Amino acid sequence: MRLGLLLVAGVGYLLPAALSSYQTFEFTQVFIYAVALLGLNILIGYNGQFSLGHGAFYAIGAYTTAIMTTRWDIPYGWAIIAAGALSLVVGFLFGLPALRFEGLYLALATFALALATPQVLKYFDTWTGGSQGIVLDKPSVPLGLPISADQYLYYLSLTVLVILLLLAHNLLRGRAGRAITAIRDNPIAAEAMGVNAALYKSLTFGVSAMYTGIAGALGALAVAFVAPDTFSAFLSINFLVGSVVGGVASISGAIFGGAFIEFVPTYAQEISRAAPWAIFGLTLIIFMYVMPTGVAGLIRRVAAALARSMASEQPAPDSQTAAAEAAEGNRGSARAVLGKPD
Amino acid sequence: MAALLEASNLEAYYGWSKVLHGLRFAVEKDKVTVVLGANGAGKTTLLRAISGMIRTGGEIRFAGERIDGQAPEDIVRRGIAHVPEGRGTFINLTVEENLRLGAYVRKDKTGIREDLDRVFHFFPVLKEKSRNPAGVLSGGEQQMLALARGLMLRPRLLLLDEPSLGLAPVLVMELFRIVRAINESEGVTVLLVEQDAVAALELAHQAYLLETGSIVTSGPAAELRENDSIRRSYLGY
Repeated sequence: MRLGLLLVAGVGYLLPAALSSYQTFEFTQVFIYAVALLGLNILIGYNGQFSLGHGAFYAIGAYTTAIMTTRWDIPYGWAIIAAGALSLVVGFLFGLPALRFEGLYLALATFALALATPQVLKYFDTWTGGSQGIVLDKPSVPLGLPISADQYLYYLSLTVLVILLLLAHNLLRGRAGRAITAIRDNPIAAEAMGVNAALYKSLTFGVSAMYTGIAGALGALAVAFVAPDTFSAFLSINFLVGSVVGGVASISGAIFGGAFIEFVPTYAQEISRAAPWAIFGLTLIIFMYVMPTGVAGLIRRVAAALARSMASEQPAPDSQTAAAEAAEGNRGSARAVLGKPD
Repeated sequence: MAALLEASNLEAYYGWSKVLHGLRFAVEKDKVTVVLGANGAGKTTLLRAISGMIRTGGEIRFAGERIDGQAPEDIVRRGIAHVPEGRGTFINLTVEENLRLGAYVRKDKTGIREDLDRVFHFFPVLKEKSRNPAGVLSGGEQQMLALARGLMLRPRLLLLDEPSLGLAPVLVMELFRIVRAINESEGVTVLLVEQDAVAALELAHQAYLLETGSIVTSGPAAELRENDSIRRSYLGY
């Protein structure tokens, strides 16, 4: 994890030198989606709950930032923090009643949230500007750094992503992370250990919403515009696609998933202008077929296989590697996605 | 003799249906008590009622204080460890992470570290595999893990839900030998619910017989072994 993070940060910070301004924008989007998917992965992959409504939290983050920076002239840094905090609270409060539902029923309850979002945004038009949306100012480059505004947003998004990756990593490694995963693996046994499952599920939903809300805040700044129809139910479904393609029970999967939902639609458009979504769908099926545990799952399996072949060249074979590799099959599998205990 | 846990007129419900019908029983301190019963008799329900995981009626006292109606985490904090039905392994967590979850409500880090070593001493196989995902352990090893995880609470009372389930007889003997050792050397009181009457009556001091949610017989385990109707129905000789 440490190594992977260093790699992401290192490549990420050097990359803009080689990118056109449009490509810089595309990668900014990848980082922003990665933040959103990180939230979804914590929820789905580690806690075993579904959400088809995270687009709503993305919208909350985006509109919070838009309203605070344009109407109240609050610096965007504070707006991002406020967007995260508000999403955390809304996610937690939504979680309290909704998490009585399990699996598909929870998916439907959250889908209702996704369906309602654009219309709710239009309804409160004195705040949200209705269908017209709100135009934001791009943050100006601080300290007179010799970079463009787009490059600054790139670095800002990357920095936020790295911080939130570290936070997720630490959260999931410790006592709270064990409780979150235990609830997914076996809710009854988790309760028997004294884990307050209802509270943890709501908190996890809140944290997950916070991640996606912060992504929404960055998204609003990067595009410099928010409008209700950007936050349709399709956005929520796209998040779910990215989360699963990247590898739902992993932290690094969020980055791969972010790249998928940013780049694949564009390439699909280049292949066929008439039916890009058919190409997108086909790509999706191929990905699922080749990497049933997501991109991150594939990488893990390849790494385990390499470790095993290196170990077999040694005189004494390492039995633990084989066991660990066998277990890799379990990680992020369909069973984990569905949150079914064994 | 002092009872660590006492239940009177205990009822339990799943939704609207009543599963336990006014039970009265006691678990004596420092002893092993077994509740025998067939599938569907209400054994698992009985333990879940004690742990506060389902709606109950009547009264449960632990060390003299009422615990019925309390939240599961509060009951765990009092030192009641529940080893659930079917082992309850967290398959995607490592063996050590599983064990640490057993000490979830405890805050004393050094004590937890000591207890890890203590359970590794009881179950050397878990030490060997401490970094492996628990899902790759065999059935017997997972039952050892479940028991060890229960001990991580440093419990005063250990609730064991049918640990013999799905294990070869020789493993059941091994497991019960360890339970006996834990009971004797660590002073942990044990309440065991079981179908395997032969092994359980061998281990226990006191026994109750549960049939469709009611206690029909009770007495010292040695006496129940000699009871003709129990011999015919549960021991098969």
